[in-house]
Amino acid sequence: MNRHRDVFGFILAIVSAVAVLTALGMVFLYAPREATMGDVQRIFYFHVSSAWVGFFAFFVTFLAGILYLVRRERRWDILALSSVEVGLTFLAIGIITGSLWARPVWGTYWTWDPRLTISAVQLLIYIAYGMLRRAVEGPERRARFAAVYGIVAFVTVPLSWFAIRWWRTIHPEILSDGDMALTPRMVQTLLVSLGAFTLLYATLLHQRMRLERFADALALLRKNQ
Amino acid sequence: MDFLDKMWAIVVKDMATEWHTREMVSAMLVFAVLALLVFSFALDLRGATARAAAPGVLWATVTFAGTLGLSRSLVREQQTGCIDGLMLAPMDRTAIFFGKALGNLFTIFLVEIVLLPLFAGLFNVPLLHPDVVLVTLLGTVGYAAVGTLLAAIAVNTRAREVLLPILLLPLAFPVLIAAVQITGALLEGGTLIEAGGWLRLIVIYDLVILAVATLTFGSILEE
Repeated sequence: MNRHRDVFGFILAIVSAVAVLTALGMVFLYAPREATMGDVQRIFYFHVSSAWVGFFAFFVTFLAGILYLVRRERRWDILALSSVEVGLTFLAIGIITGSLWARPVWGTYWTWDPRLTISAVQLLIYIAYGMLRRAVEGPERRARFAAVYGIVAFVTVPLSWFAIRWWRTIHPEILSDGDMALTPRMVQTLLVSLGAFTLLYATLLHQRMRLERFADALALLRKNQ
Repeated sequence: MDFLDKMWAIVVKDMATEWHTREMVSAMLVFAVLALLVFSFALDLRGATARAAAPGVLWATVTFAGTLGLSRSLVREQQTGCIDGLMLAPMDRTAIFFGKALGNLFTIFLVEIVLLPLFAGLFNVPLLHPDVVLVTLLGTVGYAAVGTLLAAIAVNTRAREVLLPILLLPLAFPVLIAAVQITGALLEGGTLIEAGGWLRLIVIYDLVILAVATLTFGSILEE
């Protein structure tokens, strides 16, 4: 029961560090230079990976919310809140890298493309989730409300996605997605990046959950003082 | 029938309270008219502009006026202690949800009944088409349902009325986009069949929200 030695977390951190460095190496050294976009296309690997982790993290929050409402165990609430925080970070990285990529390729930092729009919607939803948590008093009530919001929010995201896609496809497409023909090396680099970012997500999630458990333990000690 | 009786009792109670004070509907109506004026000044709504902007202006007005009524409806339950009585009453929590949601739905309908002809008259846009009315009603069902669920959460927080729109609006986007698109298509002479995909999206949204609310509302009203 030694809470200070976190062997699993340490190994996880080492593994994800190696994975991220490998992915970084592959992005710059292994993946070929894209013919039309040039080197700026290399941002694509980390961009797609962070966006993927963002979406995945909110799915984890959705599942953790259901588990919390069924089991009423604090650990599911810790998982839900940690996943939102880590997910928001990755979603923000996804949006920022996307803008940096869009500027030289599309000539603008932002377009109301369905994927960009749904990212903005998700960003706002989960910022609202954080504001909700901060506004509720009492840990048990906070966990319940957050679980309900995490569930309702997640089920509306696919509907928003369809709505935004139809809405945009009715209008003429000014900018195409710039469909790239991916070479095998590019696909391999993308897959390694996806794996590395998922591991990084797991590491950050693990550490964030650990931090929350420490905060709980500290609060308990203070109460019993 | 038992469930429906209890649900209906809550609706009747809400309507009776509202009838005595009329504070919710009157506030929403005045706000809606003010919003129309704001949009009229901001977008210079005349002729073709008015017709093009009508679906968006209409739904933006309903959305914002709706948040006023939604939070008011649950704040009132709390201030009068009525919610405690409801929770002590021997009934399913789901009946409370459906009762409150239906009450809110009627309140927003009332505002829309005034808003549609007013909008049509002021800006000369043919909004009194039965299909437009149908879409408005269908869209309002989902909006009132998700709004009631989130208002029940928001009133139990420190921020209360401030928090509701922040929680509600990003979740209401699908129904907003769909309703605006259908209304726009109808105003341009399209039919409901042509806008079938959007209509299905609204109906699916309504059903999904009602299902999720049925499953989760009990967990909001505990303690």
